[in-house]
Amino acid sequence: MDAALQLAVENLLARYVHAIDDDRLEDWPGFFAETCLYRITTAENLERGLPLSIIYGDSRAMLADRVSALRHANIYEAQRYRHTVSSTLVERVDANTARASSNFQVVRIMHTGESMLFASGRYLDRIRMKGDGGELQFEERVVVLDSRSVDTLLAIPL
Amino acid sequence: MSAVPASRAWPAEGLARVPYWIYQDEDVYRREQEHIYRGDTWNFLGLEAELPEKGDFKTTFVGEMPVVVTRDEGGALNCFENRCAHRGALLCLKSRGNTKEITCIYHNWTYDLEGNLTGVAFRRGVRGQGGMPEDAKPESEAPRKLRVATFCGLMFATLSEATPPIEQYIGPEVAAKIRRVMKEPVRLLGGYTQVLQSNWKLYFENVKDTYHASLLHLFFSTFRLNRLEQKGGVVVGGEGGSHASFTMMKSDPSGDEYERAGMRSASGGYALEAPQMLESVDEIGDGVTLQILTVFPGFVLQQIMNSLAVRQVLPKGVRRTELVWTCFGYASDDARMTELRMKQANLVGPAGYISLEDGAATGFVQRGAAGASERSSFVEMGGRTVESNESRVTETSVRGLWQQYRRHMGL
Repeated sequence: MDAALQLAVENLLARYVHAIDDDRLEDWPGFFAETCLYRITTAENLERGLPLSIIYGDSRAMLADRVSALRHANIYEAQRYRHTVSSTLVERVDANTARASSNFQVVRIMHTGESMLFASGRYLDRIRMKGDGGELQFEERVVVLDSRSVDTLLAIPL
Repeated sequence: MSAVPASRAWPAEGLARVPYWIYQDEDVYRREQEHIYRGDTWNFLGLEAELPEKGDFKTTFVGEMPVVVTRDEGGALNCFENRCAHRGALLCLKSRGNTKEITCIYHNWTYDLEGNLTGVAFRRGVRGQGGMPEDAKPESEAPRKLRVATFCGLMFATLSEATPPIEQYIGPEVAAKIRRVMKEPVRLLGGYTQVLQSNWKLYFENVKDTYHASLLHLFFSTFRLNRLEQKGGVVVGGEGGSHASFTMMKSDPSGDEYERAGMRSASGGYALEAPQMLESVDEIGDGVTLQILTVFPGFVLQQIMNSLAVRQVLPKGVRRTELVWTCFGYASDDARMTELRMKQANLVGPAGYISLEDGAATGFVQRGAAGASERSSFVEMGGRTVESNESRVTETSVRGLWQQYRRHMGL
């Protein structure tokens, strides 16, 4: 195992979930390369070979649009997430690219005090080791939900 | 005979009021199962394209009743209760698959794809011991078979012999609006389920409510995708139970009705960085960019630009509803068209720019009216009757739902 690579990737994953859970959504697109793929799908769609996503973005600009719509257009009750990411497996593809696969769970906390296990699944990542500013960045992040069901709505990204 | 207790009476104002107990009473919910879902209605099962091959099956629900839908060896579609004749166990545990016969796992009773009981394990006993009496007729408790009808590749089922033919049930004008979307063979793109913390009727009203779209869904109005000054209309058919609302491109760019009225949904000042998502293609060729269509009690067909989907509305208790989304394109789509549909899928579903609010709005009514069973909602936009209308500033199709509902429930 490449310990330095493992640590660098886990640090990226940790910074990513802290940005979302701390409501720093404006920072979220910056974790991705300018041309990228971010999508949320279900394990069922993936297994059936069906391409549909719940959220789909193929550029940092599309992800920025998601954030500005959440801030300015979409209406939803105040809520926060708490991500737990674990069991990250990292594999080097070439000098500047790695693949990672992790498990995640997301607890959703409503302003009313209600907490629930909102989502569980896998992150399937393709990571650029030297992205903008020399930082690690996602070239591809496929969020695979274990369940085909989503409670009420999915506003904040996973 | 009325299907609700005598203590519950519909308000004297008729279709212009909806009493809140209708979304709250356990007894109403139970009676809906019998009078609506197991009554004279066509219940949406899914797309024929989900069962392309002989032997394909899926499991779903008609109201709360679990059913199996199959394509048999002769290529015909069948629908029967997912309940073994023996002890009532689920026959089919998978959500979909392909098989030659169906075997109950509990005691190994077998069924063909039409739902006929074909085998009872150890019916004659073992070595002359045990087994059923000679005159036993286990078939008498066989799973009930539903009548299946297809229309434009959509599958529906009914338990009743009295339900009128599907096209007549939908009504000619709304049927024509289905035809324009289901104009050619479709390709499945995938699906998901959205769980709504509300009564099923609150969601069905929401879909039929043409008045809310541009006011709740700010994304619509901000990008002038659907503003009430745009040309469009609403068609009500099938004795009020079915409807189609539509919006034409292009809006008058100078239209400022929302700005003058000071609407929240008029707030401008931001633009998309990647507007390609909204570059839609007029693939049906009639200039209609949005069409939302329903058929009572649980079918929704959506064309939101090039995002096409069917939604199945399944009741899961008084305060819980599952919305089963299946998105599709046409079999003739090229890679570019599929990519556009993938991008526009961002508009719909639980994370949809213009649909995510619906997941919450119905729950707000459920919660807001929790202490007001005897009070009513006020439904007088566009008058107090049910008719097709060129304006979408109306609740005519919501009143149509209640017209159909009350007829089935004897209310």
